[in-house]
Amino acid sequence: MAIYTKEEARQIMEKALSYSTADACEVNLGGSESGNIRYARNTVSTAGHRSNQNLVVQSNYGNKYATATIDEFDDESLKKVVKRSEELAKISPENPEFMGILGPQSYDESVTHIDATANISPEYRAEVANSSIEPAAAKDVTAAGFMNDSAGFSAMMNTKGLFAYNKSTDISFTVTMRSNDGTGSGWVTRDFNDVSKFNAAKASQIAIDKAIMSREAKAIEPGKYTVILEPAASIGLLGRIGGALNARTADEGRSFMSKEGGGTKLGEKIVDERVNIWSDPLHKDVPTATWNGEGMPLKKTSWIENGAVKNLAYGRFWAKEKGVDAVPFPPNVIMEGGDASLEDLIKSTKKGILVTRLWYIRGVDPQTLLFTGLTRDGTFYIENGKIKHPVKNFRFNESPIIMLNNLETLGQQVRIDGSLIPYMKVRDFTFTSLSDAV
Amino acid sequence: MKRRNFIQTAGLGAGALMMPSLLMGNNISAEALLTPGLDVAAKKVLADVALNSARSMGATYADARIGRYLNQYVFTREDKVQNVVNTESFGIGIRVIANGTWGFASTNDVSPDGIKKATGQAVAIAKANSKIQKVPVVLAPVKSHGEVSWKTPIKKDFKDVPVREKVDLLLSANSAAMENGANFVNSALFMVNEQKYFASTDGSYIDQDVHRIWPTIGVTAIDRSAGKFKSRQGLSAPMGLGYEYMDGLDSEKIAGPKGTGLIGYRNSYDIIEDATLAAKQAKEMLTAKSVDAGKYDLVLDPNHLGLTIHESVGHPLELDRVLGYEANYAGTSFATLDKWKSGNFKYGSDIVNLVADKTYPGSLGAVGYDDEGVKTKQWDLVRNGVLKNYQAIRDQVHMIDQNESHGCCYSQSWNDVQFQRMPNVSLEPGKDKYSVDDMIKDVEKGIYIAGRGSYSIDQQRYNFQFGGTVFYEIKDGKIVGMLDDVAYQSNTQEFWNSCTKICDESDYRIFGSFFDGKGQPSQVSAVSHGSSTTRFNDVNVINTGRSI
Repeated sequence: MAIYTKEEARQIMEKALSYSTADACEVNLGGSESGNIRYARNTVSTAGHRSNQNLVVQSNYGNKYATATIDEFDDESLKKVVKRSEELAKISPENPEFMGILGPQSYDESVTHIDATANISPEYRAEVANSSIEPAAAKDVTAAGFMNDSAGFSAMMNTKGLFAYNKSTDISFTVTMRSNDGTGSGWVTRDFNDVSKFNAAKASQIAIDKAIMSREAKAIEPGKYTVILEPAASIGLLGRIGGALNARTADEGRSFMSKEGGGTKLGEKIVDERVNIWSDPLHKDVPTATWNGEGMPLKKTSWIENGAVKNLAYGRFWAKEKGVDAVPFPPNVIMEGGDASLEDLIKSTKKGILVTRLWYIRGVDPQTLLFTGLTRDGTFYIENGKIKHPVKNFRFNESPIIMLNNLETLGQQVRIDGSLIPYMKVRDFTFTSLSDAV
Repeated sequence: MKRRNFIQTAGLGAGALMMPSLLMGNNISAEALLTPGLDVAAKKVLADVALNSARSMGATYADARIGRYLNQYVFTREDKVQNVVNTESFGIGIRVIANGTWGFASTNDVSPDGIKKATGQAVAIAKANSKIQKVPVVLAPVKSHGEVSWKTPIKKDFKDVPVREKVDLLLSANSAAMENGANFVNSALFMVNEQKYFASTDGSYIDQDVHRIWPTIGVTAIDRSAGKFKSRQGLSAPMGLGYEYMDGLDSEKIAGPKGTGLIGYRNSYDIIEDATLAAKQAKEMLTAKSVDAGKYDLVLDPNHLGLTIHESVGHPLELDRVLGYEANYAGTSFATLDKWKSGNFKYGSDIVNLVADKTYPGSLGAVGYDDEGVKTKQWDLVRNGVLKNYQAIRDQVHMIDQNESHGCCYSQSWNDVQFQRMPNVSLEPGKDKYSVDDMIKDVEKGIYIAGRGSYSIDQQRYNFQFGGTVFYEIKDGKIVGMLDDVAYQSNTQEFWNSCTKICDESDYRIFGSFFDGKGQPSQVSAVSHGSSTTRFNDVNVINTGRSI
């Protein structure tokens, strides 16, 4: 069994540290069990099970450090791995940016582990696949999907007295439904820590409905349109703002967050004042571990407040250089929403495009955070408050900064990929060409 | 995936964070990389435990892959070593067919008991899924090869080269860039050795030793007062070579077009020379002319065209995509079976010949046998512009009425199930003598593009948009200066039909992708694409500049 309890983990790590003769030593212990099923063409294609566990030992002499890893935890193995990390550290190059290990920390209790998710069986996975395949086949639609579930733990301890432990479970599911005439496609994604919140049949039905609704799409001219972005569409662009939150690259003058003439945009208003984005490991809908790989406590942190940059992320070295407190990178993304449902947003739209998801997003210009990509799996034209007809997919060239400046309405939040993102209506979204892809 | 983007890209600057985590094994010392793994006889005994257990549990087919994956990565920035990572990953993956259905399980417990347990899991998964399986798996026949072996023909094993030597080389390149005006420089070396043992109930026992290397360098120039920054990436290629790729031999250099100073590297890369030029070009990019959007003739260097081939030819001709097996992730393909069956689908112009292969020396895809024991080969995908074939493996090839696997099955590790992956896909050079300078001379209004940049393509591979590393304006047969804000948008079939000229063999080089992603759970693979400099007429170029 690869999942150790807090006490089992503590005993293994204490034993490992007892063999240390370096200036300092830190160990990270982790393990996971995961299972998956993949299906396509309305039948199962591949499925698998993985099991992993390992112990990472980092030893340092001054600012020379190295790591060694092992997956066996008997006394001899522990002794061997600690010794190996020490030998390696002695011959490593000096790293002037090495910050040393942290002392004892206090962490919040996380809420990331659910027994039911840890106990998922191959039969349950087969049933999930079937609850996509059967209703699809009945509607002349073909399902291709993937479900992965995992249960794992991670723990760390060091010679300065730090100890941390977390146990978590996770299930993620996506399915693409394609109409058998090849002209319609729908898609849905779900992810939870708690499998009891997951209903494969209900999720699959949304994708089936979109596949049928999106058949025989009409081409309309590319250009600037008001769009309603489902959370699965906007997260692709919002997530990429994260790349610019690094204080160091901003200070170095090579990020969107760098300011003309020097300095950073910290404190500056960069998007619509209704935009508030933060991270929170204890949020009940999107919980994460309450510490990161360095052992730093993760707390609720605001990144964009009333449209202004509230925080940039500082690694420990850069924080020291700049004389500020370190700010760990966000473990999740929570964006404030509003009351409007998707239906409300459609009803209030005179002319616009409903976008299910954005695909193959790639950076075009890091200076302006310009990205390109395409719509996929359900793109619809809205006129006078109603969905009129499906439209062919578009390529866009857009910056999430411009997108959040052109915000019209924020809708209800939805959990997506471990984050909480609202539906949103945005004006003047830039589509630059048409795609024939279904 | 998207949340990971937010979190991982937030850590930009530490190159290691961007690495696919699955490539990370256990950390070991550089010296330990040299320790030999299990000998072939021991691997055969263990593989037979899996095959025999699978048979006794009711499997009608089984294969076992015992893998030892050794990686070394070196990361530096300016005058500092950020990290040296040595990893080893060892384990066994067992794939079975039971009740006509695939099952797979893997374990790092490579003892007879561990192997039996994992085999049991694989068979249990196959049996559970067979209840909803509609069509039983059909495997194309494969010859039993008996006990055979294959090795990448390298001259210098990276594991024999001291870490200090690698660090010194990267720091020298960084210093060359800084001396030539760079503000920042990051460089890295990725070196991979796959020691793979394959055995199957078809009677093959195959031992392979595969090597790959990829040096990267990114040079940034900044104009603080204007608040502008530009990066010029290195023009190396990821290769299926040993550390000899870093020798920088003059005999492997090809001069780029007059007026650019660019150099093409064949089987040997001069990182210091490239870093020097990169710094000068990064500075030049800060004041380069912003392109006027419109139609241009594009002259594409092999180091750029490789990725265009990858996205617009390699992926759409993967049979699993065509059939819908990848519909939920990478997507399907415009190159549908009816187009192929017609026998006259014009993928490109008459001079376009695209070949798939798993044997080209020095390429990332070259192996002796694929990951299901099929001997590798070369085959046509597009001949004289017409679509001829796809890329298919044992359980797919009967669906295109063929009975021989193409030998392009691959798994990134013992821990993942093998499936169809892209072989090398390359554009044959032109037959007539024709150099890059000849080509530039013949262009009235065009853009020369070298190096990889932003690339995005739809899920059926029709509409794409590609950027590049450096862009030069061509006017009346001459390079007249550098351009900025360039991206081209086209449609795959239209683009390849606009191909009007290909330089000859003396300009031929391979480029590639070291971390190509596909499948669920996602796996990476490495693949090369060869070509000579090639011209495409009247392609739509957009201006990507924005002011915020």
